[in-house]
Amino acid sequence: MSFPFFQYEFLQNAFITGIMIGLLAPVLGVFIVVRRQSLIADALSHITLAGIAANLMLGRNVGFFSGLNPIYMGMVFSVGGAVGIDQLRKVYKHYEELAIPIIMSAGIGLSVIFISLANGFNTDLFNYLFGSVLAVKKSDVWTIFFILLIVFAFVIFLYKELFVLSFDEEQAAVSGIKGKWINFFFIVLVALVIASSMKIVGILLVSSLMTLPVAASIRLANGFKQTFLLSVVFGETAVILGLILSYYLDFAPGGTIVMFSVIILLLSLLWKKLRSNRKIAINQ
Amino acid sequence: MSKQYKPAVRIEDLSFHYQDRNVLEHITFEIPVGSFMGLVGPNGSGKSTLIRCLLGLLKPQSGNVYLFGQPLSLFKNWDEIGYVSQKANSFNTAFPATVYEVVSMGLFGKVGLFRFLNKVHKRKIEQAIETVGMADYMNRNIGELSGGQQQRVFIARALVSDPKLLILDEPTVGVDAASVAGFYQMLKNLNREKGLTLLLVTHDIGVMSDFVTHVACLNKQLHFHGNTAEFEKVSKEGFSQMYGHHVHVLEHQH
Repeated sequence: MSFPFFQYEFLQNAFITGIMIGLLAPVLGVFIVVRRQSLIADALSHITLAGIAANLMLGRNVGFFSGLNPIYMGMVFSVGGAVGIDQLRKVYKHYEELAIPIIMSAGIGLSVIFISLANGFNTDLFNYLFGSVLAVKKSDVWTIFFILLIVFAFVIFLYKELFVLSFDEEQAAVSGIKGKWINFFFIVLVALVIASSMKIVGILLVSSLMTLPVAASIRLANGFKQTFLLSVVFGETAVILGLILSYYLDFAPGGTIVMFSVIILLLSLLWKKLRSNRKIAINQ
Repeated sequence: MSKQYKPAVRIEDLSFHYQDRNVLEHITFEIPVGSFMGLVGPNGSGKSTLIRCLLGLLKPQSGNVYLFGQPLSLFKNWDEIGYVSQKANSFNTAFPATVYEVVSMGLFGKVGLFRFLNKVHKRKIEQAIETVGMADYMNRNIGELSGGQQQRVFIARALVSDPKLLILDEPTVGVDAASVAGFYQMLKNLNREKGLTLLLVTHDIGVMSDFVTHVACLNKQLHFHGNTAEFEKVSKEGFSQMYGHHVHVLEHQH
């Protein structure tokens, strides 16, 4: 049984997109996790859903929107949510995490209303919620490729600044690093990556691809750079295995990708435990 | 004060208050270049606030701050100032960064936006780590080290940009007693051998006074400011009076 990668264009689209996301999500995820903002991805994915639902609703009534790839409207909402979180954090200086449930519930509330207005669920929406191997279009591939270029330019050229800001904002301020706009661009990029990942992983599971590979690598890695490397290896492994399995079993890929991430996480915990047990045994 | 004389820090009539609470009242003092100044005072005496004002992290309601003769608002050479904050003790210890990576952060401001570390920088990072005696731990995760070792790493991070002034805010909190003397000795050597101006903030004058050259005592107002010899004299003459009801904090005998 050979995998018909070269036979079907839809599989190529799905895999190329998946591999790009397997790179993007964990890279940004490392910064999110070490800043203890893991839930940000959840809040932004739910506001993205509102954008998708809005587009589906408008598509029924306005011709222009029915031809438009909903991913763009998702991005608009997601970036809007990112700006909202940034603003709310300034309002609630001492309760910064409050911004996340506020944006998240606003996102779900809006989604429910738009979905109701669009006369309920359909297969399109199902694909956005849980991901799909079939639904990735050529235009999605190019959009995500473009985002990949932006994110990599940002992370490579501002690596130092992102690193200090994640470790110690006060130190960053003393060494003259202007954290405000870097933090802002960062959260906007997270919003874009989330909106672009949802075709493959699905809105409900996007955040797991940002956090689970990092959660696994943070236990094993020595240093910050190694954390990136391992996170990407884990992320890509989960995406590729998950896509293959979802193709053969005809499951939504969101589920299989996330479950592979969970398995990798469990294996990393087990590995760490065995290794530290051995260390204790040697010391004794 | 002649025009040529530029102390590392000069604070003129600085006052700071949060909404209804005065924290600092009319503080005026200088840190001469090359000195090792101990800034002491009980908890809540405004020491950290004063430091944050002179770093520009807080804006005082009145008064002026000069760094190396320049008004704070015009001061740009932040790589000349090393700062080890009190918070260094409570950072995210699970942060996945090696000692080398943490120390490299001290150079980022100097290297500048969109630029990368070169070989000279890398050598500097290694030297700073050697200076604080942590060369054997270069590639270990910061979280695996003891409190005293972590604090040395943060000093290395502050030293790596070749500062002229190093400010340490309660650096020995969370460091085991046995390491504290060695830690102060290391600071004393930096001051003597490298001519580094040091400002050490602490509530513990007992240990500190054996190592510093100058002392300033703060409790909202500045109660004493001078070199160590004068300080010893004053303290024998009932220095603790100045602290009023905070006397208990100063009951360390010399």
